[in-house]
Amino acid sequence: MAMNITEKILAQGCGKKSVAPGDFIECNVDIALSNDVTAPLAIEEFKKAGGKRVFDKDKIVLVPDHFCPNKDIKSAEQVKILREFAKEQKIKHFFEVGVMGIEHALLPEEGIVLPGDIIIGADSHTCTYGALGAFATGVGSTDVAACMITGKVWFKVPSTIKFIFNGKLNKWVTGKDLILYLIGDIGVDGANYKAIELTGETIKNLTMSDRFTMCNMAIEAGGKSGIIAPDKKTIDYVESRAERPYEIYESDKNAKYEKVIEYDCSKIEPLVAFPPLPSNTRQVKEAGNIKIDQSVIGSCTNGRIEDLRLAAKIFKGRKVHHDVRTIIFPATQKIYLQAIKEGLIEIFINSGCAVSTPTCGPCLGGHMGILAKGERAIATTNRNFIGRMGHPESEVYLSNPAVAAASAITGKISLPDDL
Amino acid sequence: MILKGKVHKYGDDVNTDEIIPARYLNTINPEELAKHCMEDIDKEFVKKVSSRDVIVAGKNFGCGSSREHAPLCIKAVGVSCVIAESFARIFFRNAINIGLPILESKEASNKIKNGDELEINIKEGKIKNLTSHQTYSANPFPDFLLKIISSDGLLKYIKR
Repeated sequence: MAMNITEKILAQGCGKKSVAPGDFIECNVDIALSNDVTAPLAIEEFKKAGGKRVFDKDKIVLVPDHFCPNKDIKSAEQVKILREFAKEQKIKHFFEVGVMGIEHALLPEEGIVLPGDIIIGADSHTCTYGALGAFATGVGSTDVAACMITGKVWFKVPSTIKFIFNGKLNKWVTGKDLILYLIGDIGVDGANYKAIELTGETIKNLTMSDRFTMCNMAIEAGGKSGIIAPDKKTIDYVESRAERPYEIYESDKNAKYEKVIEYDCSKIEPLVAFPPLPSNTRQVKEAGNIKIDQSVIGSCTNGRIEDLRLAAKIFKGRKVHHDVRTIIFPATQKIYLQAIKEGLIEIFINSGCAVSTPTCGPCLGGHMGILAKGERAIATTNRNFIGRMGHPESEVYLSNPAVAAASAITGKISLPDDL
Repeated sequence: MILKGKVHKYGDDVNTDEIIPARYLNTINPEELAKHCMEDIDKEFVKKVSSRDVIVAGKNFGCGSSREHAPLCIKAVGVSCVIAESFARIFFRNAINIGLPILESKEASNKIKNGDELEINIKEGKIKNLTSHQTYSANPFPDFLLKIISSDGLLKYIKR
């Protein structure tokens, strides 16, 4: 039977020759991830259920990144639960502050997640790893607790929507704009319960960084997963990092899809998602006069070295507007160090940006850049829900790093060409 | 299981940041989380909700983050059931896994009004509106999920 890439990975994971959308299956899990918000619940449930040892100490990943470095006593207590559990269970992949990065940038960088894997994470942006050609999906703490005991997880095999992106990218258009365009087109529940398969010439030409950005936001369309079939770029990326063998899958030519949607990228301009939904997209040039108080560049969506290079290109020789606070979050320590070596951090600081140690911080309104009532931020993050970055009456506008940098300089939502 | 309660009605795309804002996620204590349930969409909710009340919403309820704290705080505040036209998939999973009753029904979601009194038969998926004297049917759960539900959550199911 012809299958697409998602069906092939899931069939292999549950030991069947083939699976079809709607089948309930039980899969072996290659990696189960949780963080300082979700792991304490998972660990509590693991213990309540009588869990003694995790099924495989090398397949559990614990990343304290949301309220870390610890923002207050309660957060410190949460992280302590992870740390003690990691010690007790001899968990190989526990990342203490100092080596910690934002989980969805860190795991691919460390070669922990690989093509063909089945990955669950108690974090909705776990779908990021689909950019490697893996099946990766967000679940809850109880799912992770059960998996830590059994090594398995249940799924309903999703139907897949195939997206074909063709055409040359316009100036300042990045993977972020392509995924915002997709979400704007199908809506925040347009792919609820479904897999999103990204294909086409334009996707082939994207960097791995842009591919991670796109799969990262599959959940913003309600997607169970986002996936891009591995190619030479993927293999070049994982080859030097992988510590175990991996499998390359691709969709059969006659594979079945629930829907096929084609986009002509030459018609896509840089976008900004207005609050309170990521689907609320407009062209930056039609945004109007939207003054901002803060610009946030980083996160699991856009905190990789390519994103920082793009932002630095805009900031070089320019100053942040006097009414704007700009905060830059390299997503991992390796990215931070690379940015120092390339002189990017010097550019940021000379422009008047603050540069932070890796953390999810302001993206979810946790710490390190919270908004007051009535304040407005442009951010390269992934959600602009009510109260997402602070006060329920503050606002978040989502964009790519070039637009967030240009806006930081002008004090209002702008294109780099407006400078 | 027959539930009876008053309706608190909301619209489409109610997200987990509205159900339990991230600024309160530095604890996993359900009672503490419950104090902030629905805070960013309805500040008065925790004052007006009574034990066994029902949340009714539109499409895509629980979209956004994977935080299980969202169904946990809804359960802890005393809500007996959530009815929506549809649920975001992680919220759906989490609610089943922790034993918060949920029902999907477009008709119920469209016709039920804020303040209506409902009588709900979870097992049969039947919803009686005692205020407007209407009845609605929810989409049936697949057998596999019924097994998890009847085991009272995922961890008890895997123990079997």
